Amino acid sequence: MKVKILVVCANPNILRVILRLINANEDWQGLGTSTFEEAKAPLASEKFDLLLIGSGLTQAEEQGLIEYAQSKVPNTRIIQHYGGGSGLLSAEIYQALA
Amino acid sequence: MAQSIIHKASTRGEANHGWLKSAHTFSFANYYNPERIQFGALRVLNDDQVDGGMGFGEHPHDNMEIISIALEGSLQHEDSMGNVTVIEPGEIQVMSAGTGIYHKEFNKDADKPVKFLQIWVFPNKRNVQPRYDQQRFDLDSHKNELVQILSPNEGDAGVWVYQNAWFHLGKFDRDTEVNHALHLQGNGLYAFVLNGDVVIDGQELGTRDGFGIWDTDSINIKASAGSELLLMEIPMEV
Repeated sequence: MKVKILVVCANPNILRVILRLINANEDWQGLGTSTFEEAKAPLASEKFDLLLIGSGLTQAEEQGLIEYAQSKVPNTRIIQHYGGGSGLLSAEIYQALA
Repeated sequence: MAQSIIHKASTRGEANHGWLKSAHTFSFANYYNPERIQFGALRVLNDDQVDGGMGFGEHPHDNMEIISIALEGSLQHEDSMGNVTVIEPGEIQVMSAGTGIYHKEFNKDADKPVKFLQIWVFPNKRNVQPRYDQQRFDLDSHKNELVQILSPNEGDAGVWVYQNAWFHLGKFDRDTEVNHALHLQGNGLYAFVLNGDVVIDGQELGTRDGFGIWDTDSINIKASAGSELLLMEIPMEV
């Protein structure tokens, strides 16, 4: 069973890179959205192991996203992504899943 | 009571991509060690060597303070803000990646390697407007003392970052003893020996050893002739 990861990142180029890196790992499956609003549908209909918050969301959007995710899927682990690429991504996911 | 951690040079994560050789003090890319994630807000300390004419193609960064310090050779940088620059020994470069930036960096020389440190510090503010800066510092005119190369304050010596961090470099041509006080309570110090032998609060360190110390207000440094030291004051709470 693959680890399902929802990535929310307002920067489309960085979102594309993060999803490519996640999906290059055969144990992980990534889905991405660019806004909090877009993230509501998958969060309401699918079970994600991890919610990874990328760059470009406002503080209010980040907070709203966290609260929405916690209400819909309380067991989903939520982390903020830093760095924008391959450098830290794997370690962030491994740490969150540990 | 001060607490400390030592990271001997030989225990770093090694990556060899042919054109790129890197030693990672902390988990990075394919090197993952849950015991080596970060020192406070200091998340990445990569000791990189890139072959002549080679480099990192265009790639993104966000929400990170990315600092490069050239040790040997010339490193060319080009980014999505239109900056095209070169850093050489005696220079420091900073990018606040914020909402997102693309850049590439490569060895400007075709026939000799470039060696540099790449240091990532967690920012104290997410999603800032991306920015770039580069400055020269002069260690040769200030031998046997610590020279500030980075701070949180625009207009202070060196480059500035979105974090309560201060970096100093020291180049010693005679045995020297220095006491160094921290700027902020709650910060820690991470020392990285670039060359030679250094003793910090009784801990002996050699080339490329790292030593973190916190819960202290100041440290005592005994630097041997020929040594070079990078000191990074970093918030311990992120």
